[in-house]
Amino acid sequence: MVQDNGKEESLALKLRVWRQRRGQPGAFEEHALAAVPTSASFLEMMDMLNEQLIKAGKDTFAFDHDCREGICGMCSMTINGMPHGPIPGVTTCQLHMRNFRDGETITVEPWRARAFPVLKDLAVDRSGFDKVIQSGGFITVRTGSAPEANNIPVPKPIADEAMDAAECIGCGACVASCKNGSAMLFVGAKINHLNILPQGQAERDRRTLAMVKTMDEAGFGNCTNYGECQAHCPKSITLDVIAKLNRDYLRARVKEFFSSTGKPSKGGD
Amino acid sequence: MSASSCSSCCQPSSIGKKVVMALTGLVLAGFVLGHMSGNLLMFKGAPAINEYAKWLHDHAGLLWAARVVLILSVIAHIWVGIQLTLENRAARAGGPADEATRRATVASRTMPYSGVVILAFVVFHLLHYTFRTVALDGAVYGDDVYKMVVAGFSCRSVSIFYIISMLLLCLHLSHGVSSVFQTLGLRNERWRSRLDFVALAYGWIIALGFISIPLAVLTGCLK
Repeated sequence: MVQDNGKEESLALKLRVWRQRRGQPGAFEEHALAAVPTSASFLEMMDMLNEQLIKAGKDTFAFDHDCREGICGMCSMTINGMPHGPIPGVTTCQLHMRNFRDGETITVEPWRARAFPVLKDLAVDRSGFDKVIQSGGFITVRTGSAPEANNIPVPKPIADEAMDAAECIGCGACVASCKNGSAMLFVGAKINHLNILPQGQAERDRRTLAMVKTMDEAGFGNCTNYGECQAHCPKSITLDVIAKLNRDYLRARVKEFFSSTGKPSKGGD
Repeated sequence: MSASSCSSCCQPSSIGKKVVMALTGLVLAGFVLGHMSGNLLMFKGAPAINEYAKWLHDHAGLLWAARVVLILSVIAHIWVGIQLTLENRAARAGGPADEATRRATVASRTMPYSGVVILAFVVFHLLHYTFRTVALDGAVYGDDVYKMVVAGFSCRSVSIFYIISMLLLCLHLSHGVSSVFQTLGLRNERWRSRLDFVALAYGWIIALGFISIPLAVLTGCLK
């Protein structure tokens, strides 16, 4: 926001930021930060805070960030109780300081979930997501020379739906916003992305069963249909993916239960 | 079946537990509709409700089959509900210091609490009108269900407890019935608001149907 005289507005903020070392209990630290331009992103504001701390000879706050253009899924702060802050549909790096008021107190916390233990300050360990992907978030392809692009026809509606699900950047805001610490939106997005495309059919049932099993083992909670994940997802992924995950899981379990053994039973003829 | 799938039967997955909640909840939601419809015979007069009660008791096999299904559903619904609540609390690890809620409804956030009150109500209700051991001042009504119900609801505090419990049942159903569709994978963005409305309407129909009887007794419409 630019004022009439051409000078940019700036904010003076009071920040309550989480400080924690791995395996130790953490606490909030309060810092005042002046002259924050409203055009700065939230991460740039955090950079300003860290520069201020360096100049004062103090320890900086650790936080995750990478692309800073909303597509990598690295930034992960709970701002005033909301993962990725107050504006729906954006990541922390795309959240700008013009959305805050001068003199406001802003609370900055890491993702809060058992499955995402704090590494340091605002950075958490999201390897639970990696384990879920490793257990089934892939398709089998022939390696070697690039395949002909249109060998496998994909109907346009299916491609669109898969692309909607593939928007998930795996940031973990769904888990952080869920009052159950559940990862169903993430797993649902990945399952939908791969399970509906022709290329994903070979592993479809195995993928669904394996990813849900890994999700449970990684310590995520159970979905109880609060819908907070959809409301906080920076990519606006909807609960549809969870309904479809439930459906695919049930289908896979029924098929597994009644799968053919290929042999006559011992008592049979 | 392989060993792993056997252990997964005994240790249901998160989605498996949700399915148990959904299916047992469906049984219980269907039961309250049947129960409520039967109760409304109170407005048709004493012979109607008393004949209905006699018909039920004359078909003991049917009655007990329904009771067994209901008791098993209640046990499974409570057992898995407790498991889910405890697991989810642990998985949340406290949550943020100042937690914001954007979308989760009051009904969805109070399911364990409304559930506990409804359970306490069911226990009281069974002691009240099935075993007839509480709040009836030791009077014997025999087959005269109509007279027993009117006498029972003439006590103001008992009626108020019934009414509050039924409003909580409405709250519980408004989230529960809608969640059944989500858990069974029969919901999408287009149908979500419609199904939420269906669930809310279902909750209100059940609650108002049940509430009408103590209210009618308290206001003197049923004597």
